[in-house]
Amino acid sequence: MRMRNLMTLALAACAIGLAAARAAEDNQAFEKIERGRYLAVLGDCVGCHTAPGGKPFAGGAALETPFGALVGPNITPDVATGIGAWSESDLWRAMHEGIARTGARLYPAMPYPAYTKVTREDVSAIWAYLRTLEPVHNEVQSNQLVFPFNVRRPATSAWDLINFKPGVFQSDPAKSDVWNRGAYLVEGLGHCGTCHTPKNITGGDRGGEALQGALLQDWYAPDLTADPRMGIGNWSTEDIVRYLKTGANSFDIASGPMAEAVENSTSHMTDADLLAIATYLKDRAPRSANTAIALAHDDTRMVAGKAIYEDRCAACHISSGAGVPTLFPRLAQAPLVQSTDPTSLIRVVLIGSRAAATSAAPTAPAMPSFGWNLSDTEIADVLTYVRNTWGNAASAVQSTDVTTLRGRVSR
Amino acid sequence: MARKLPATDVVIVGLGWTGSILAHELTGAGLNVVAIERGPWRDTATDFPTTYAPDELRYRVRHDLFLRPEQLTMTFRNNANQTALPIRSWGSFMPPNGVGGGGVHWNAETWRFLPSDFELRTHLVQRYGEKFLPEDMTIQDWGITYDDLEPHYDKFEYLCGTSGKAGNIKGRIQAGGNPFEGARSREYPTPPQKQPYGPTLFAQAAQEMGYKPFPQPSGNLSQAYTNPLGVTLGPCTYCGFCEWFGCGNYSKASPQTTILPALIRRPNFEARTQCEVLKINLDKSGKRASGVTYVDTSGNEWEQPADLVLLCAFQLFNVHLLLISGIGQPYDPRAGEGVIGRNYSYQVTSSVDAFFDDKIFNPFIASGSIGMCIDEFNGDNFDHGPHGFVGGGYMGAVQTNGRPIQTARTPQATPRWGAEWKKAVAKSYLSSYEAVTHGGCNSYRDAYFDRDPTYTDRLGRKLMRVTFDFHENELKMSTYLTDRLAEVVQKMGPRQLEKHPRRGHYDVTVYQTTHTCGGAIMGVEPKTSALNRYLQSWDVANLFVMGATAFPQNPGYNPTDTVGALAYWAADAIVNHYLKSPGPLVQI
Repeated sequence: MRMRNLMTLALAACAIGLAAARAAEDNQAFEKIERGRYLAVLGDCVGCHTAPGGKPFAGGAALETPFGALVGPNITPDVATGIGAWSESDLWRAMHEGIARTGARLYPAMPYPAYTKVTREDVSAIWAYLRTLEPVHNEVQSNQLVFPFNVRRPATSAWDLINFKPGVFQSDPAKSDVWNRGAYLVEGLGHCGTCHTPKNITGGDRGGEALQGALLQDWYAPDLTADPRMGIGNWSTEDIVRYLKTGANSFDIASGPMAEAVENSTSHMTDADLLAIATYLKDRAPRSANTAIALAHDDTRMVAGKAIYEDRCAACHISSGAGVPTLFPRLAQAPLVQSTDPTSLIRVVLIGSRAAATSAAPTAPAMPSFGWNLSDTEIADVLTYVRNTWGNAASAVQSTDVTTLRGRVSR
Repeated sequence: MARKLPATDVVIVGLGWTGSILAHELTGAGLNVVAIERGPWRDTATDFPTTYAPDELRYRVRHDLFLRPEQLTMTFRNNANQTALPIRSWGSFMPPNGVGGGGVHWNAETWRFLPSDFELRTHLVQRYGEKFLPEDMTIQDWGITYDDLEPHYDKFEYLCGTSGKAGNIKGRIQAGGNPFEGARSREYPTPPQKQPYGPTLFAQAAQEMGYKPFPQPSGNLSQAYTNPLGVTLGPCTYCGFCEWFGCGNYSKASPQTTILPALIRRPNFEARTQCEVLKINLDKSGKRASGVTYVDTSGNEWEQPADLVLLCAFQLFNVHLLLISGIGQPYDPRAGEGVIGRNYSYQVTSSVDAFFDDKIFNPFIASGSIGMCIDEFNGDNFDHGPHGFVGGGYMGAVQTNGRPIQTARTPQATPRWGAEWKKAVAKSYLSSYEAVTHGGCNSYRDAYFDRDPTYTDRLGRKLMRVTFDFHENELKMSTYLTDRLAEVVQKMGPRQLEKHPRRGHYDVTVYQTTHTCGGAIMGVEPKTSALNRYLQSWDVANLFVMGATAFPQNPGYNPTDTVGALAYWAADAIVNHYLKSPGPLVQI
């Protein structure tokens, strides 16, 4: 703390002019700053704006997109490399309209299509909090896209015309306050759709398919609608709250990018907000044509897959596919297992994955890698078996899909 | 020259069971703790995943998880008339290395000692008289009682999720449990593991003979369990790759599966792995530890100052570090004086092999600690008067493994190789059974550690010299226990039965157990013990020494439950007494 105070003093000394310009700011508005801190947790700002092992909010986590990498910039109040020279209006414009202080369009990796729903009052609180952070000098090359995507985006872009509608969240008077709070969080700061909503060819949300599951960074973010097979229709409100709070419930354990979201954001949310999110999610209509028929158990792929499952998987996930709550994920009638897109399944079998660790559930069990001792066909077969047994029904996994993903994840 | 680091509140040498327990308790009390571990960080899914953990060649035959003797070893001799030579390949015991220590590769047999074990000399002298004990037997009381330790046994077992059946809850004998055990405050956290055919038959035979068989308490869990720290363990799959192996199923209690996930979340905890502590530093007075000096893999030496030094390495290395740091008076066997190196004890195991024609035992359905045991012949549970020895052990059918390379039991008359041998192995694999005794080992004046006069390690530190042999008392005990065991096994109806009591000299090249004990023992007075009843050094009050190092002699049980309980007992004393008034907790 002492070091930080010295740095703050030093900064204050050499930035008198700047400080004078902000004389109107109340920098000890405790209630507002504290609320801003919590809102920054809800938005998981730290997730993109902190490098692994780096200082919080000082930038540096790369988001891989099909068009190249985007790196979360430094949002500490450092004048040279952060947002020290910004005003509150600049932040509002960035979050609400997706336009940076320079006037350039942000890339939607900054989820302004969701953040636009955040109220001015909440943005103001986030701003008040960000102003209190230690200014960290850390130059971040934010735009690492490939040509032509790295060219500065004009303030009015075709992408935004197609994909972006600015506007603060409007509550639905027909729904409860809890539902509306949940909607505000899920659609706004929580930006759940950034990962979980299917994208069109330009990377924008596909209209009418909100939260129905999407592929991002070689993970499939599952369907969050009430779909009983692929979504969370069979989860109770309490199950959803427990998952978001601890990273695990009797159905599933958070892993991959969701583990980060749980660790950084949802596990620190209030029970009231988690309940609101769960209430809203339970009310999401499933996709319409949702049928699948399980493959016959004597299909050759199923026979081969069963043998591999009993040998390699059953010790932890149990022959019945029941798993062990909070330790080994349940496979029987599990939404992610039956997802249309099996990418996450292939991925965890190929290279393994570690679960989220939270104070309430610190175990952080991990799936070991099987990529080194199962062939692409064996992985396809065992996943086909898992996706079509114990009441599960989903398309067979193709060994070519395993081959492709193996090439990508082992790069 | 070592570079000096900023001071910390506590430095822990070794991050195994005791280091993890102490780190958790002391970070919980608000102290900054740095743990320095000689070996690597180890994690279930990364270091012993199910995909390759059950590799008998790699782990059992080639000792993958253990300390490499090239890094540090010790010299050995049977008696003072011999010249000790360095152990260059581990044999009779397997020194652990790395985060989790022996907790990674133990069998997880989780026994409490008997109440009389803690007051052994007083108890035996009272019952049999001073003259009944051999003149050179140096057994002592521990300075604590079973009742002192009971809450801490309980805490360790509930940390581990131990699977078992209580035999005595608050003085009330429980059917199906061990009626000889000390009173427990409550039932085991999880029910016993399922018993395979062999232990089931053994228990029937024992019951018919009037004994009281009970399931061996197991740290390989019968069902999933979430401990008080919020860490979850899975159910054991009975794969039989426990001792020598890490458990890939999260079902064997270890620091990794019980404490470390909670500990590493604490901002006031830090672990430095692949860093070997060279010595404990003392200040000018020689009465206070100032910290430790360690070396990293680049050969850089670092000094870590600390207010409190906790020696939590494996038993052998705790004694070695005390000897080379010049703490406490080294033991002199001729005078019988001095305390560092005093009372080395081990374990005296034996077996009975039985060959059947009509039974299939499926030995591969195994866990390091399933089995049915009897305790009629342990400790002083029976009258030793007519037998001319003291001590005992538990015995039973303990089905630890049926691994493919080394499970090759054949009747003694079988050729040692060739077609006949192969035929006999194939015939016996499923239809033979080995039952075991697990006998205690008393301490003697001529069983001890000191600094080797000749051999040094790569850094010029003197190696520790081990001088040890079995004594007549223990060999008599082993014969007696093996005979009693054979009577039960005979009742199981084998075609042929072979007894293998422990005989002759101790052989350091053949695996027996890793239950090496003593060398810096706890006791009631500084003349005959290195540590007081709180495991605090009599000589250096801000130094505590954990582990089986403190056992004055080794009872007829596996040591880990008591090692864990003593760690909680010491942690309690540090947090509730020492920190309030740093200094000796026992005034002489």
